[in-house]
Amino acid sequence: MHHSIEVKDLTFSYPDGHPALRGVSFSIAAGEKVALVGPNRAGKSTLLLHLNGILRGQGAIAVCGQPLSEATLGAIRSAVGMVFQDPDDQLFSLTVFDDVAFGPVYQGLPEAEVRGRVERALAEVGMSDRATRVSHHLSGGEKKRIAIATVLSMQPEILALDEPTSGLDPRARRGLIRLLGELPMTMLVSTHDLRMVRELLPRTIILDGGLIVADGPTAELLRDPDLLHAHGLELP
Amino acid sequence: MLSLIFAGAGSPPLESLLRANPRALLGAVVRPGRPLVHIHFLDPYRPLASPVHDLDGRVKFILAVAFILTVSLTPFGAWPVYLLLWSIALSAEILSGLGVGYVLRRAALALPFVLAAIPLAFTTPGTPWLEFPLGPWQLTLTLDGLLRFANVAVKSWLSVQAAIVLASSTEFRDLLLAMRAVRIPRLLVAMFGLMWRYLFVLVDEAVRLMRARSARSGIARRPADAPGRRPGGSLAWRAKVAGGMAGNLFLRAVDRSDRIYVAMLSRGYDGEVRSFATQPVPPGARVTLWIGLALLGLLWLGGILVWG
Ligand SMILES: Nc1ncnc2c1ncn2[C@@H]1O[C@H](COP(=O)(O)OP(=O)(O)OP(=O)(O)O)[C@@H](O)[C@H]1O
Ligand SMILES: [Mg+2]
Repeated sequence: MHHSIEVKDLTFSYPDGHPALRGVSFSIAAGEKVALVGPNRAGKSTLLLHLNGILRGQGAIAVCGQPLSEATLGAIRSAVGMVFQDPDDQLFSLTVFDDVAFGPVYQGLPEAEVRGRVERALAEVGMSDRATRVSHHLSGGEKKRIAIATVLSMQPEILALDEPTSGLDPRARRGLIRLLGELPMTMLVSTHDLRMVRELLPRTIILDGGLIVADGPTAELLRDPDLLHAHGLELP
Repeated sequence: MLSLIFAGAGSPPLESLLRANPRALLGAVVRPGRPLVHIHFLDPYRPLASPVHDLDGRVKFILAVAFILTVSLTPFGAWPVYLLLWSIALSAEILSGLGVGYVLRRAALALPFVLAAIPLAFTTPGTPWLEFPLGPWQLTLTLDGLLRFANVAVKSWLSVQAAIVLASSTEFRDLLLAMRAVRIPRLLVAMFGLMWRYLFVLVDEAVRLMRARSARSGIARRPADAPGRRPGGSLAWRAKVAGGMAGNLFLRAVDRSDRIYVAMLSRGYDGEVRSFATQPVPPGARVTLWIGLALLGLLWLGGILVWG
């Protein structure tokens, strides 16, 4: 069986010359749930943006067994559901329905299928009754859930989430963690929320300065306060 | 996003207003000592149950545009036709449940623009009616000029009413669908949609910036700390701060547009604007459309034949 994500020697510098990734390699098996942690500016968001070819660095990336290239870009973008930190960036349509339908419409699915998928995706995140709502009238927690629905409707194999719990109140955070726990896909979650990592994500990758400094079972890494401290993390 | 603003401390009238009416969006200008000036409402849609609200958005859109066209094509001096057109506008206002008063109040907001037509009153040749000196010039108000000005004013006043009824009884999304249905380029329609969506987000951002500024716009606690200075700084300094804020807002908007584009790409966007095929217009609405167009056409024809 192929790995869900394989990254080899990924190097990337932003156009201003700032090196954000300096040789990153890892692989994630299908169904694995992995945390990506590290201090601010470590390169977590940059790494996530490579997984569906938004950014193109040097090195090899394969998603679901397919090497990332111009030809596979479309397929890979529907296989990787990318949820961004600010739901206002992700919810760019006027109504919730239009937003959740966006991905399937671009996959060229027939209308009935699109409607079915929107319904299912909204049901999965518990927001079925919000379909006709206007995005800017939603609460932060609702927006977060609907942002996740916008990628679930594409039926991705992999979910890549950037700081999903930031800005949520404890109850919304709790609900989100439960939701993520119920979803069966492969997951790569960039976060500063180590309590969520401990609860939800059995494997952790620590990134610092564009390099992977540790990669292993969450329980083990979280037992090493020196390691955490050295990379700006704090034991929950 | 809005709820995040509520959470912060700040100008209470603004927040209570927003809480009372979440559709209210504000262009608030915060000045020292005057926490809040100037609010206007951006979303004109009034959700009501009425036959006008229920009418298919595309039909409403086409009829409103046809009404405005008829108004602008009706020849000068065809006052009875204007009266009939006004009665059409009035019936739509009453039928929609918005009320004549509501529409007229809103229409008044557009009246200042009519002032641009005032020179007409002085430049049209005709019977002099009133003459008075203005500095080195001698201004002559002619009767014809006055009528022409009144004509322009009536035309714009009627057109604005049609636009107000349309915008107040149709959700923005349906307006976009209507624009698409009449073959306005998809890219343009998509841009209207994005603009509408992010206008609100951007206003939120502006409010947060202004809140941050007010939070730090205190006055020295001991006057001796700032001898002989007015709190608030000089005008030039304040202008510089305002300029910096405008620049900051612009940069944030650019950043956000980048992030939105990335989010669109991630879900398969390829530069082509796609959407569902639109549903056909229901037969009942179709009848309304043809009757409305025929009526407007007749009025226009009458105007042309008798006064043209
Ligand atoms: N658009 C950009 N242009 C130039 N440099 C950038 C850009 N985006 C990020 N960087 C830089 O790349 C580095 C990695 O940034 P990245 O956003 O990936 O970090 P991160 O780990 O996600 O941090 P955070 O925890 O704050 O989200 C940082 O030094 C940042 O300044
Ligand atoms: Mg980040």
